[in-house]
Amino acid sequence: MTDLPVLRRVGPLAGFRAPLALPALPLAAALFFVASLAWAQTRSAPVGESAAAAVLRWAPLIFGGFLFNVLVSVLSMAVGTALGFALGLLLIAPTRLPRGVGWALTQFFRNAPWLVLLFYAMFLLPFELHLGGLEIPLPSWAKAVLGLSLPVAANFAEIVRGALQSIPEPQWSAARGLAFGPLQTIRLVILPQAVRRMLPPWMNLYAILTMATTLISVVGIQDGLTITRAAIASDARPELMLPLYLFLLLLFFVYCYPIARATLALERRFQVRG
Amino acid sequence: MAHELGAPVVVLREVVKRFGDYPVLSGISLTVRRGETVCIIGPSGSGKSTLLRCINGLVPVTSGSITVAGREVNDAALDPIALRRDVGIVFQQYNLFPHRTALQNVMMAPIHVLRQNRAEVETRARELLAKVHLTEKADTYPGELSGGQQQRVAIARALAMSPKVMLFDEVTAALDPETKKEVLVTVQELAAEGITCILVTHEMGFARRVADHIYFTDGGVIVEHGPPAQLLEAPREARTREFLDKVL
Amino acid sequence: MQGPVADFFRWLDDRYGLYFSPFTDAFDGERILLGLRTTVELSLTCIALSILLGLIGAWMLSTRSRLAQGVVRFYVQAFRNTPPLVQLAFFYFAIGSLLPSSGRSPLIDGYGWAVISFSLLAGAFNVEIFRSGVEAVPAMMVEAAAGLGFSRLQTYRYVLAPLGLRICLPALTNNLVNLVKTTTLAYAIGVPELLYAAGQIWSEVMNVREMMYLLLVIYIALIAILVWVMERWERALRIPGYTP
Repeated sequence: MTDLPVLRRVGPLAGFRAPLALPALPLAAALFFVASLAWAQTRSAPVGESAAAAVLRWAPLIFGGFLFNVLVSVLSMAVGTALGFALGLLLIAPTRLPRGVGWALTQFFRNAPWLVLLFYAMFLLPFELHLGGLEIPLPSWAKAVLGLSLPVAANFAEIVRGALQSIPEPQWSAARGLAFGPLQTIRLVILPQAVRRMLPPWMNLYAILTMATTLISVVGIQDGLTITRAAIASDARPELMLPLYLFLLLLFFVYCYPIARATLALERRFQVRG
Repeated sequence: MAHELGAPVVVLREVVKRFGDYPVLSGISLTVRRGETVCIIGPSGSGKSTLLRCINGLVPVTSGSITVAGREVNDAALDPIALRRDVGIVFQQYNLFPHRTALQNVMMAPIHVLRQNRAEVETRARELLAKVHLTEKADTYPGELSGGQQQRVAIARALAMSPKVMLFDEVTAALDPETKKEVLVTVQELAAEGITCILVTHEMGFARRVADHIYFTDGGVIVEHGPPAQLLEAPREARTREFLDKVL
Repeated sequence: MQGPVADFFRWLDDRYGLYFSPFTDAFDGERILLGLRTTVELSLTCIALSILLGLIGAWMLSTRSRLAQGVVRFYVQAFRNTPPLVQLAFFYFAIGSLLPSSGRSPLIDGYGWAVISFSLLAGAFNVEIFRSGVEAVPAMMVEAAAGLGFSRLQTYRYVLAPLGLRICLPALTNNLVNLVKTTTLAYAIGVPELLYAAGQIWSEVMNVREMMYLLLVIYIALIAILVWVMERWERALRIPGYTP
């Protein structure tokens, strides 16, 4: 739900440096989780399954649901990247009309709440596609993938535009001098250089998308969150809420935090080489 | 200089400063008396700027003692505000606050740090701006002032705290020759009024005219010191001669 | 409902079958307005709280206390790398169940938990934003303030905060826009905000398509207003001769 532009650091200032040491953070998270288990145990009935055992029993199912979230994120990112790239090209088109259309589409899909776009896709996409003579059924999760790919495309279009425009003008004119057409120029000269600059924000976008996939639970698709809630409901043990939710949060954290660190590292490396 | 020199106001004894293992000051001892104008000259990297920052406590010393107006700078129990009140500093890069006008820049510290009455502070601030010949620029922002003008506002800002000692860290190094002059004239007027000044500078002509005493530092130690006539015309040490030959 | 607007939408319905019920039906119109009000209130409250949290967090990062720094870093990374919806569910269901309830109604209702959850989320991002803004203020300016005798808090208040704010305003605007979009998540815990109101209407009247478009237009308009306000603020903060 949040796309934070990757920020740069300029100028030293004591006290703001030194990122938290890598083992400390996941350690603290794990400690939190274990503490919640212990707490849940104190609230459990003395006979019967221990809190830890119950959580262990549900863990594989919740993990499976989480993997589905990841699958949705990968598919949605693929579609969104492709669409976004095309939209990005529109944004740097030399003529006003395609640029205007591109701008309108980008503004529209960037400023619309992701959940509304998801509803939009779920309700308004047909339940099957008619291509030529074929009838392809469009299951709910596929509609969700498409729905989530819309804001991804709009955000990626901005990333593409920024990266392509940041390549110095002389590169473009040099290519033109060598008689490359515009698309050829982009493909052979500009893009290879621009990809480096697109990578960190693209990774950042992916992390945001992954966290947004939990929205599909709101439109009735089974994912990690629905399974977690079902687990809590089925056992009728309210003290399990804390450790089970923390488990799901931990799964996402373990997946997304390394991506965030890698993004920062890449960004720093690309900045140095310029 | 034709005024009386008073009791010692800044005393350094065997001051040593190391950044990690890297020595910057290796035993500096000097005394500055009230009303005296002292210039510190020397090659770059000889620790001059660090020395100034040690005097007003911006940089803590590794060993040795610094006393300013009777207060021991190293004392952990020292109230930093009391010290900063006694010692004003003007930097090479003026460092005016860009989001406040010249007048506001001068007024900020007395109001917020010394908690003085706003009306009184404003009167005094305008007087100070008049002293540095910038009365008409009171309501302009630093971004609209030239380098020399900004530096003079910076001097007024430091003076607003009524310090006993003024430190100047190569204040004309970032200015072009014309604007250098207006700042040097301002400093000269301050010295003539009897304010104790310690200047790190490369301006030898200025040092000769204005200083009561000059210290030549190199490699973190004081190589030689003396009145300008003696140090600049007839230096005793070979290193001093070498340096002066290069600079003059 | 009376008036030219209602007539126009009635015409749209007759002619094209586009039924924008909030404009023709008073009850639906009221529901949408109520939803809009809740969204706006939720947004404004969370904006204010998240800015406060961001300032406190950035300040804590600048102290020398390793504990304070560690707590803030943990807070920031926890909220930045976990799904907002799961955070909301965690607060509303898990933490909510822990609190005592006076009689049958819980101490903090859905709206309250939404405020807490979204403010903490946006606050975490704001800590990063403010930290970057402050870090971009030249260190020499801090040295000048120290030379004048300003304490840490005073330096922060009179130098770092005003200058850092001007630097990080675009990123802050971006984050606040996202906050407004995030308020739609409150739908999942039954808070009667705009999306919820629209959902109620379309489930009764079956005008999903029209409500969708209406929703999108309203949200885009809300965000446009927010961006405009932030740009006005940015212009008001501009200092002659200074570009951050």
